[in-house]
Amino acid sequence: MDFQSCVNIKKEWDIVGARQLGRDIARKIGFGTVDQARIATAISELARNIYLYAGTGKVCFEALEDMNQKGIRILAIDSGPGIKELSQVMEDGFSTSGGLGAGLPGVKRLMDDFDITSEEGKGTEITVIKWLR
Amino acid sequence: MRIPILKLHNYLLISIQIDLDDQTAIQFQEDLLSKIHESGASGVVIDLTSVDIIDSFIAKVLGDVVTMSDLMGAKVVLTGIQPAVAMTLIDLGIHLQDVPTALDLEQGLIKLRQELEE
Repeated sequence: MDFQSCVNIKKEWDIVGARQLGRDIARKIGFGTVDQARIATAISELARNIYLYAGTGKVCFEALEDMNQKGIRILAIDSGPGIKELSQVMEDGFSTSGGLGAGLPGVKRLMDDFDITSEEGKGTEITVIKWLR
Repeated sequence: MRIPILKLHNYLLISIQIDLDDQTAIQFQEDLLSKIHESGASGVVIDLTSVDIIDSFIAKVLGDVVTMSDLMGAKVVLTGIQPAVAMTLIDLGIHLQDVPTALDLEQGLIKLRQELEE
């Protein structure tokens, strides 16, 4: 996969940097304000998960365009501890950090496609897509 | 970065006009509680008209600061939540059910007066 731009997540401020860049890319693709907010929020959740659970990682963006549709693909990747119970983290309200537990199930609802792979001790890779309607 | 907190009679007014990072949000929580303590304010309006993203962390901080202020005896009203932000919050599964809200600053002040029966 060829991603145009990535933001390294190392410090807390990078969460804001990632969502601002993602929102800019989404706007250029032609997304309206509501979808821009959805995309920026999803990026914020993904970047925060990296910062909280893996420490470092990156979030990458790619504009998608084929014959019929346009969209944005976002990849969030880290080499952190991985997720032991994938089904658990996809449940609303499940949190190990004292947060709202809205993160990943929320991201899934905000976006159109959601794909996660995670291996304990190796890391986590989440790819999401939002299509332009 | 610090968010300015203005005092107007016995109310505190805050307009958040920056993209909130986690640290600024936590700092704001502390600053607001100290300001309530120090000023003896009975009501607070937090205006979110210029905020174009509220993720789960910021939502938790805002919800918590409402509860914390309530514990101290000050009522908080959130105002000006953008349509896109409202839709995104519901997608995220965040309902902020016990949080008083109003359309804009003016309505927020009216609501505060009603809640405080002034």
